[in-house]
Amino acid sequence: MSNTSTPLRRFWAEFRENKIAVVALVVVVVLILLALFASLVSPQNPYDLANLSLMDSRRPPGFVGTGGYTHILGTDPQGRDLLSAILYGLRISIQIGLAAGFVSLTIGTTLGILAAYVGGRVEALIMRLVDLQLSFPAILLALVIVALLGQGKAQLIGALVAAQYAYFARTAYGAAKAERGKDYIEAALATPLSARLVVWRHMLPNCTPPLIVVATVQIANSISLEATLSFLGLGLPVTEPSLGMLISNGFPYMMSGRYWISVYPGVALIILIFAINIVGDQVRDQFNPRLRK
Amino acid sequence: MLGFIIQRFLQAVVVMAVMSVIVFCGVYAIGNPIDIVIPPEATEDIRAEAIRRLGLDRPLYEQYFIFVGNLLQGDLGRSFVYNIPVLELIGGRLPATLELVLISVVSATVLGVSLGIYAGYRPDSWVSKTIMAVSVLGFSVPSFWVGLILILFFAVHLGWLPAGGRGDTVEIWGVAWSFPTLDGLSHIVLPAANLALFKLAMMIRLARAGTREIMLTDTIKFARAAGLSEATILRRHLLKLISIPIITVFGLELGSTLAFAVVTETIFSWPGVGKLIIDSITVLDRPVMVAYLIIVAFLFVTINFVIDLVFALIDPRVRHGASA
Repeated sequence: MSNTSTPLRRFWAEFRENKIAVVALVVVVVLILLALFASLVSPQNPYDLANLSLMDSRRPPGFVGTGGYTHILGTDPQGRDLLSAILYGLRISIQIGLAAGFVSLTIGTTLGILAAYVGGRVEALIMRLVDLQLSFPAILLALVIVALLGQGKAQLIGALVAAQYAYFARTAYGAAKAERGKDYIEAALATPLSARLVVWRHMLPNCTPPLIVVATVQIANSISLEATLSFLGLGLPVTEPSLGMLISNGFPYMMSGRYWISVYPGVALIILIFAINIVGDQVRDQFNPRLRK
Repeated sequence: MLGFIIQRFLQAVVVMAVMSVIVFCGVYAIGNPIDIVIPPEATEDIRAEAIRRLGLDRPLYEQYFIFVGNLLQGDLGRSFVYNIPVLELIGGRLPATLELVLISVVSATVLGVSLGIYAGYRPDSWVSKTIMAVSVLGFSVPSFWVGLILILFFAVHLGWLPAGGRGDTVEIWGVAWSFPTLDGLSHIVLPAANLALFKLAMMIRLARAGTREIMLTDTIKFARAAGLSEATILRRHLLKLISIPIITVFGLELGSTLAFAVVTETIFSWPGVGKLIIDSITVLDRPVMVAYLIIVAFLFVTINFVIDLVFALIDPRVRHGASA
């Protein structure tokens, strides 16, 4: 190891020791890259109707279609190459997961820190609301909100944010509340620095570790929740099929034994969620002082 | 003790009131049900008449007070679509859901606690490690996908169990139940397993964490020193000590499973409330949506209230903490 030991490097050195977590991280990065460059790596553009032929529909994995190449994972009812559809679907799922995760992170953290910093009535009001919401299952909230707002990307992200910001608010509140009572914050407030600057420069950085952990878990949860909503037909419009919708499209064909249309998108979804969760677990363990040797 | 109960009861009432406002505003403030209820070719007069009949021409707060007034008399309105009282509609579907939820939560708890205690009692055996690995899987895999795989494997591939529906039912006290018949039972196995999996993972983790912690305490050391057999220690002392978090989670899970049943019921075409709410959402049948949410909120609040009471009974610290 080099002599310049920054916190990030130390963190990475420790992360590297867990081989499973490293593999999971590689999987996440590869999946994100595949999703980013879906249009370059996939064998066909699954949403260009000119590429599709009904002759090729519902073919099993390994079938050589009219396009002249092998459909490694088979084709769906519209004759799409399933591998291509999965890569494009991955893109949408990751996009939604990240967007919902970051918006809820921002809103939740702001509310949580505001409650901890201001205290009094504001604190009581915000935290009561958050606790009330946490006692309700996220899926139910998301379901109702999506139903009310209608279908679309923005609406779906809105529903996911509404269902999940409370987790961030709770975490940020807990961390900020603990920091608020410490001497360094009192000392910083005693200087002519503005309160906003103290919160932003001193309080927030000390609240980040637990927030990062919650963020990884919640991004995985958003992806899973989005897939569930799309599966129920309440997610994205048909023009933007995420992994959940691909699974839903294949569901009616499963009874007749054409399993691949549903199963492979599902496998992709699970690998993604599982890998994110393993990375999140490792990060949590590294941030947890009680597990330190 | 009485003060504690009253305090908790008042809290529950306030939460219910807040929930009713949120749900009502949320559901009624957005969207226009008129377009769904009235055919587009209807004349202006018919439209106006229907709007008045449904009470949609009044200001929102008035609609809310009418709604609460009716609610307190046990009237949750009529479904826009089916045109029968909502309570009747939901009541007819509720037994199917309750049956499914109870079977899965109870079996998940019994199985999960046993496996969890084992995993916590012998943390290093390979059986325990397998149990824990499977429980991680239960957390990360979306439940609808597990449902699909269950259908694919047990219904399509092996052909052992039916893929959907309720099967034969038996009338008990005027309500149809599936579990007493063999056919009904075979229909309930897959959806119940699907619903139970996530809860199972959680119960295993809880029981394991509790067991590992408690096995190191003086209570267990003294019990061993007193010459009690390991089986007695596990049954009489350990089980009692880990039961507090488990009862809490059991109660909370009962509620969240009710919500999750929405997904499972859709996959297995189980004719319960969950499927009803999905159908109502797609056609914007507001009274059904509002009633469903109010009933779920009511169940949640009631469960939380009961958990608090049970807590106070088991744990004297809670009791005295409140009265002090």
